[in-house]
Amino acid sequence: MVKTGLNVPEKTYAPMSDQASIRNFSIIAHIDHGKSTLADRLIQRCGAVEDRDMREQMLDSMDIERERGITIKAQTVRLSYKAKDGQTYQLNLMDTPGHVDFAYEVSRSLAACEGSILVVDASQGVEAQTLANVYQAFDNNHEIIPVLNKIDLPAAEPDRVKKQIEDVIGLDASDAVLISAKTGLGIDDVLEAIVTRLPSPKGNPDAPLKALLVDSWYDAYLGVVILVRVVDGVLRKGQRIRFMATGAVRDLDRVGVFAPKKVETGVLYAGEMGFVTAGIKQISDTKVGDTLTDDKNPAADLLPGFKPSVPVVFCGLFPVDAAEFEHLRESLGKLALNDASFKFEAESSQALGFGFRCGFLGLLHLEIIQERLEREFNLNLITTAPSVIYKVFLTDGSVKELHNPVDMPDPVRIEHIEEPWIKATILTPDEYLGGILALCNDRRGEQIELTYVGTRAMLVYRLPLNEVVFDFYDRLKSISRGYASFDYTLDSYRDGDLVNMSILVNAEPVDALGVIVHRANAEKRGRMLCERLKELIPKQLFKIAIQASIGSRVIARETISALRKDVTAKCYGGDISRKRKLLDKQKEGKKRMRQFGEVEIPQSAFIAALKMDDR
Amino acid sequence: MPPLALYIHWPFCLSKCPYCDFNSHVGGGQDQEIWRQAYRRELTHNAALLPSRRITSVFFGGGTPSLMEARTVESVLNDIARLWACDDKIEITLEANPSSAEAEKFADFRRAGVQRLSLGVQSLNDAALRFLGRAHNAQEARAALALAARSFPRFSFDLIYARKGQTPDDWRAELQEALSFGSDHLSLYQLTIEAETVFATRARRGESLTAPEEASVLMYEMTQEMMEKAGLPAYEISNHARLGQESRHNLTYWHYEDYVGIGPGAHGRIGIGTESCQAIENHRAPETWLDSVQRTGVGMKQRTDLSPDAAMREALMMGLRLTEGIDLQRWREKFGCDLMGFVPEARRQRLEAEAYLKRTAERLFLTRAGLQRLNSVLGYLA
Repeated sequence: MVKTGLNVPEKTYAPMSDQASIRNFSIIAHIDHGKSTLADRLIQRCGAVEDRDMREQMLDSMDIERERGITIKAQTVRLSYKAKDGQTYQLNLMDTPGHVDFAYEVSRSLAACEGSILVVDASQGVEAQTLANVYQAFDNNHEIIPVLNKIDLPAAEPDRVKKQIEDVIGLDASDAVLISAKTGLGIDDVLEAIVTRLPSPKGNPDAPLKALLVDSWYDAYLGVVILVRVVDGVLRKGQRIRFMATGAVRDLDRVGVFAPKKVETGVLYAGEMGFVTAGIKQISDTKVGDTLTDDKNPAADLLPGFKPSVPVVFCGLFPVDAAEFEHLRESLGKLALNDASFKFEAESSQALGFGFRCGFLGLLHLEIIQERLEREFNLNLITTAPSVIYKVFLTDGSVKELHNPVDMPDPVRIEHIEEPWIKATILTPDEYLGGILALCNDRRGEQIELTYVGTRAMLVYRLPLNEVVFDFYDRLKSISRGYASFDYTLDSYRDGDLVNMSILVNAEPVDALGVIVHRANAEKRGRMLCERLKELIPKQLFKIAIQASIGSRVIARETISALRKDVTAKCYGGDISRKRKLLDKQKEGKKRMRQFGEVEIPQSAFIAALKMDDR
Repeated sequence: MPPLALYIHWPFCLSKCPYCDFNSHVGGGQDQEIWRQAYRRELTHNAALLPSRRITSVFFGGGTPSLMEARTVESVLNDIARLWACDDKIEITLEANPSSAEAEKFADFRRAGVQRLSLGVQSLNDAALRFLGRAHNAQEARAALALAARSFPRFSFDLIYARKGQTPDDWRAELQEALSFGSDHLSLYQLTIEAETVFATRARRGESLTAPEEASVLMYEMTQEMMEKAGLPAYEISNHARLGQESRHNLTYWHYEDYVGIGPGAHGRIGIGTESCQAIENHRAPETWLDSVQRTGVGMKQRTDLSPDAAMREALMMGLRLTEGIDLQRWREKFGCDLMGFVPEARRQRLEAEAYLKRTAERLFLTRAGLQRLNSVLGYLA
């Protein structure tokens, strides 16, 4: 859609075929190190947005991205920069998510670029996510420009951080650019470094079309919008395109670029990035990492694709108000429109009613989906304890993938169970090291590496993922007063002494509170859950037994004694209607109670138990 | 024709007590002639609908009915006598505050026809009276009690206990003194926080206004023992009387029998046990009620048909408040079905096993432990 009156200089979307004047780059950084602010400054400096239209975190379009200071979806913007050598360059900036949960999106963004700007906070130094992202950039053979941000702050220690970059990452930081994205200091130096130090694309403009499908999303007006990087050849409006992996053939309706608003250019040349639309209705019809080619003159082979992203953390999402089940279903459907990595299926729980079992890329992904459901769709949700995918090897030789404790097969049929492990990198000021080591050991961690860089320690640990999804972040944050950073990659599946622990109320299991835990930690977890429930379940007419058990063996128990007194002192002729209505209401409320033996437990108690269980 | 109890509501108080959720409005100086006429119209209307009923009790409640002029009380009683046949043993009660100004009117109320005075003493301790927001002091209360004993054939009074800071010893002394006034009836309420009161707001802000559960259970037990020893055992959760001195009017509610409510916010139940059992509720605001009576002859806000199930739930709720519980034969006569068929059997047995509930061939009743947990028991049963 060409918007007339758009304040974009003609040259930004004028056709360009000279790859030598194109630079495609990403910005990689730990959260809060200033990635989005730097992107804002580059956009502003190149005149792509008038000052009066400028807002913070230009590329983060979701509220949640702006509020949390994180980028979730990849974004691109084409900029036009007149360099000191007198030439005008086309700069394509690819903004990438910074968090490990979205590592997959980072990897495909990086695959579409030739270089990266590595932003490091000049006082904070290298953090865990910095490392994870830099390694990915290395994997993509990127040229990397180190940039030290927040150089204007009194706490800035550029020399120390430069040395750290060299020691920890092994990257030459002698030419690091010193900037303050906030004040605009050094922005020109960054632009010059991009032009002089990053390579230009080296595709073949005359070869058959080969374009990488970097990402796709649903737009209410345009249908599915596809983000592409043209490697070889040319993409034109009206062209009949074949998606090489899926085999689909489509005519291109629109071809354009983001500058940063959508501008139709009708054509994209080798080395360029932009978007196309082709009348596609669902993102599930597009495969990220696919290769687009000309239907009549196809390329011989595909570009290297991506591994599909798979959920690793699962939990149940239930509406607090049962009447909102359908609304939840529709809302999940809407979110899935733009998030192919997010999976859900209906499930029902005795304690919580009807809801959905959902799969996520990680805990942040889970938190973001939950928050968007609550905020954008006005839902009040209950989240069950997160679970990972276990591989259950059965005595008959088959293997069952399990991500919900309620699906656990009968123990006599189980040969052994394997659980996923991660390789975690933790960076922390050394005064918190002792506490963090204890935490990692408590969570069955195995130390791989411990190195010091100045007063900061870098820890590499192997940890079972199920220990990490259970309040590990919270503990790490509180032990280090927020100073430690954490990142991980999935490592391998390993045999584990895992047991299915049930929580029983009056001898009946509460499905929503069942968890799979390591035998060594079962008793502690069980005791904690029993104690919590004792606090949360209101006293009743009869005493209530709360137990944690593995199979038939009780490992923890608490008793809630019967209530002593619950009586209205006055009740005369004028009170009858009111009291009866109260009783009717109580009866209505019982529909939200769950029957356990002879007692009814309010659903709110389970909800509160789960809330306390949250990370 | 079943007998009928009449409740007359006077909605005004000089000040509003922080624990009270009754329909009361601060104000005085009404032109009581207007009120006498309005009461007359509503009584007349009801008499036309319910002729040939025998009136067994009249109860002036409030608000503060001792703020009524004795003429007003007399006018209402004369109207009733003119409109209906009255039972020989009719009980006529008036609630009164123990302030000296009101005590001066006791003799006039007696002459107007009141036989039984119910005094809102609430405490015999000045600090507690201030906490409860009462306008009188302990001295006035003692004087009013002595005067009531001289002026009326029967009198009763209310006390509120299990207050914040009150110890079992404090309460024992207070109750001991209460027994010395020679009343044959006492209403002893544990302080509970009712919705839409000043206390409810304060409690919501985190203030504790009642004694801790442990202490209040202890005080309740102690109360039962002391009252039994004094010959005034409990006949209802909070009401104690010498045998035969129970409030006949209030028993009508707990036995779940017909009554008519006259005045702002008054409630009635008519046709209990028949095909058309109705719950009647009057307008709460005095002006609205007056206006409605003047225009239509009644101050009724709404009339609701009660299903047999709803009526039986009410009967269960009220009947289990009595220490004697529910008479099975009377239930059968009233509703044409068995109480044991109405109450879920497994649940009843569970309550019996826990010694909260007991059943004999004649009646179903709660034990002392059950009475203390009545709300939960009803929630479990109903």
